[in-house]
Amino acid sequence: MKVIVPSALRSYTERSETEASGATLAAALVDLESQYPGIRFRMIDEQDRIRRHIRIFVNGEQVRDLSQPLNATDEVIIVQALSGG
Amino acid sequence: MARKIRKPAVRKQGASSRARPQRRVVVLVATRKGAWLYHGNAARKTWRADGPHFLGHVISQVVLDPRDGRTLLAAAKTGHLGPTVFRSTDLGRTWKEAAHPPAFAKAPDGDQGRAVDHTFWLTPAHASEPNVWYAGTSPQGLFRSEDGGVSWKPFSSINDDPQYRKWMGTVQDGTPDGPKLHSIIIDPRNPRHLYFAMSGGGVHESVDGGKTWVPRLKGLDVVEGFDRADATVHDPHCIRMCPSNPDRLYQQNHCGIYRLDRPSDTWERIGKSMPKRVGDIGFPMVVHPRDADTAWVFPMNGTTVWPRTSPEGMPAVYATRNGGKTWQRLDAGLPAKQAWWTVKRQAMTGDAANPVGLYFGTTSGELWMSRDEGRRWACIARHLPEIYAVETAELT
Repeated sequence: MKVIVPSALRSYTERSETEASGATLAAALVDLESQYPGIRFRMIDEQDRIRRHIRIFVNGEQVRDLSQPLNATDEVIIVQALSGG
Repeated sequence: MARKIRKPAVRKQGASSRARPQRRVVVLVATRKGAWLYHGNAARKTWRADGPHFLGHVISQVVLDPRDGRTLLAAAKTGHLGPTVFRSTDLGRTWKEAAHPPAFAKAPDGDQGRAVDHTFWLTPAHASEPNVWYAGTSPQGLFRSEDGGVSWKPFSSINDDPQYRKWMGTVQDGTPDGPKLHSIIIDPRNPRHLYFAMSGGGVHESVDGGKTWVPRLKGLDVVEGFDRADATVHDPHCIRMCPSNPDRLYQQNHCGIYRLDRPSDTWERIGKSMPKRVGDIGFPMVVHPRDADTAWVFPMNGTTVWPRTSPEGMPAVYATRNGGKTWQRLDAGLPAKQAWWTVKRQAMTGDAANPVGLYFGTTSGELWMSRDEGRRWACIARHLPEIYAVETAELT
């Protein structure tokens, strides 16, 4: 599936768009981690919660549960939510 | 991007100082928006800025490993991204991220569990334990790395202990940007003898490498109305062990300045001899590398709503040369008025030169230093982001 990566994480991917595979969002994030070591912990904390200023959308809908099923044709967008100052 | 910053000479360099080995001090400055390294010349008169590193990252601290003289660790996060530790083995030319940054253990199903917001404090372990480091986090947690900062493991004797969790309180019980585990100290005579402090939770000591811990609270004052026997209400700001006498510790606390001479377990409030109009509240504590009777503090206004700015807008460092019996005001070169500075607990330090160089950074982004143990001060850099931590290291 296609994954759109925010600017804050492009130090890992070196591109704005990448590919990941997995039957769930959790599995796709594990796949991203295997490609780009360190990237998952910057988004997901040690209790498997999406971090406060990270949002993940699948086909335009916000997802809060890592067990969300995914299809190969889905588009995952990772967004850095507002956190200024 | 490096640039030269030149300051006028404070005093002429004498023949004796010219004869000293060509050791150079590097000042490691961590800020809310990145890190900078300031390389001094041999006389500590001119400073070359190397930075920013990690522009936009919140850097809590940058520390050089004194055991190899080239490995740097930087505790980092950003406004959006989770915490991590970066590591450099070439003095900051290149950086690599830790494979497993400090993280709490996964909580059992049904428990909420804690997540590290940021790594706050980094301490290289004993000289006999190369590649071992300790880290303190917010929320309060203690971690150890045995591979030079690449992977970190939690101390369950602190992080998961019910008594310690109670003393830590919740994330709302701490300092404005989160409660901190800080002042991790290793006895240079014994790698298993450790201290640490918690911004809410007191001072603690271990003599078995961290398997068991004992609170060291006797003699410490607390905010009026609270029970001083309860570690929860103790708020140590910064603790330092004297390198020349590891049985002596100094502490800047929310409730005064203290000295502890082991084996006694009772802290003595030495801040009572500070001028009344200045008080003995502040954040950092600095000790002399060779004279255990000498220490420095940076007092801040701790009255009313706790402004935490220089008393009366007149910043000054205070030094004791006799273990806290008396204090001397050191403000030559600092602004004489209308300077409402705050200096955080990690943002003041000394070097190992003779005379000792002192350094502090303000939350308004100014970096100041003294080449003569505080007698005269000069500004090294202005217009930096909010300074969180200042460390020094000596390069040969």
